[in-house]
Amino acid sequence: MCLAVPMKIVEICDGCAICEIDGVRREASLMMLEEAAVGDHVLIHAGFAIEKIDLVQAEETLRALRDALQTPSDRTA
Amino acid sequence: MISRQPYRDPHIGAALLKKMAERLGDRPQTITLMEVCGTHTMAIYRAGIRALLPPQVRLISGPGCPVCVTPIEDIDRAIALTRRPDTLIATFGDMMRVPGSHSSLQREKATGANVRIVYSPLDALKLAKNHPDKTVIFLGIGFETTAPAVAGSLLEARRQGVKNYQVLCSHKTMPAPMAELASDPDLAIDGFLCPAHVSAIIGAEAFRPLCEDHALPCAVTGFEPLDILQGIDMLLDQVMTEQARIDNQYRRVVKPEGNRRARHILYQVFEPDLAVWRGLGPITNSGLRIREDFAEHDAVRQIPLQTAPAPEPTDCRCGDILKGKTAPQHCPQFGASCTPETPIGACMVSAEGSCAAAYKYDQKGIT
Ligand code: SF4
Repeated sequence: MCLAVPMKIVEICDGCAICEIDGVRREASLMMLEEAAVGDHVLIHAGFAIEKIDLVQAEETLRALRDALQTPSDRTA
Repeated sequence: MISRQPYRDPHIGAALLKKMAERLGDRPQTITLMEVCGTHTMAIYRAGIRALLPPQVRLISGPGCPVCVTPIEDIDRAIALTRRPDTLIATFGDMMRVPGSHSSLQREKATGANVRIVYSPLDALKLAKNHPDKTVIFLGIGFETTAPAVAGSLLEARRQGVKNYQVLCSHKTMPAPMAELASDPDLAIDGFLCPAHVSAIIGAEAFRPLCEDHALPCAVTGFEPLDILQGIDMLLDQVMTEQARIDNQYRRVVKPEGNRRARHILYQVFEPDLAVWRGLGPITNSGLRIREDFAEHDAVRQIPLQTAPAPEPTDCRCGDILKGKTAPQHCPQFGASCTPETPIGACMVSAEGSCAAAYKYDQKGIT
């Protein structure tokens, strides 16, 4: 139930955003965000954008994950 | 760049699993980790993660599905409301098939009750505007992820002067039941995978008392298979080095302080309350009630109803399953008299219930 869908804001009008993912568009309230701009990636839950997705952090998480591939197998905690 | 694909790379998954096995070495004791989010439960079953983990790691599911933890009395109350004249019930689809004592919303709808499925509470508010002759009651269920959206719909109702919109509030809130389970000696939990989108609202720091008072490792974790594996690895690191921290694997969404604005909206409309959890019973400050200031939109205050106490069905083990004490496959009804087509308990009805997830992805079970 707490599932939220990551979407990209393509239009903003009057406290609402039109968001898109894979060609699907949906309207979402921006009431919960301090600021939002066209091009931002947001998580949509029950008709509201509940948080912005931080792409820098996303990249860092992916880098840490890819590091697991390079970690020598004799490394222990 | 919001593709999920990079979080599903099987090579990285294999490397993480190897790292975990090395971390644990030949440690004989079991490490019990609990996830408390229905979406995690589904994702873990879907990816078959339990079977891949080192044998010492036991992953159990907690009360993470808001539909499943809603007491039968609340369902009965919603059903009683459908029988009032000039009333329209709006709900998330998950609630439709949950059995009350004698009926379900779906059955009531089939026999003529005015029940509508909506995707957002704002859609319910729209229904109220379009049906000024009816009282539209939205069934407010969900954790901190969902409660701000319902609060937002009440703020909008006030702003737009919509008088015929009410909420029947059954919202629950998260850290409190985790603390309850953390103190249960039968469970002996060694760490929590913290619910991701609840954390987006309340913040990773909200788990600080749980982590420190119970010396329990916590990891806020996303929903993709690699997110979950990395979260589990963070917990194993803490367990093996005898530390209790709050690791945040899901930094791309969850901030230490969460979403202040969403919390402000939430607490403008709701206040903390004692709540009864199916399976867990009453827990202080684990639920929400509508503030006096919004009484005109509170279905409980506006429509006094007497509903009889509703006992749990005796042959359903949802109670133990919600506490992580039993795996669905150990319920005698599982897959026999209880299937997603003929559910006995809420855990089989809700798509994110442990029984439904186990039925869909793992009928034999390995726990
Ligand atoms: S399998 Fe069915 S009867 Fe058994 S605990 Fe799950 S929901 Fe209840």
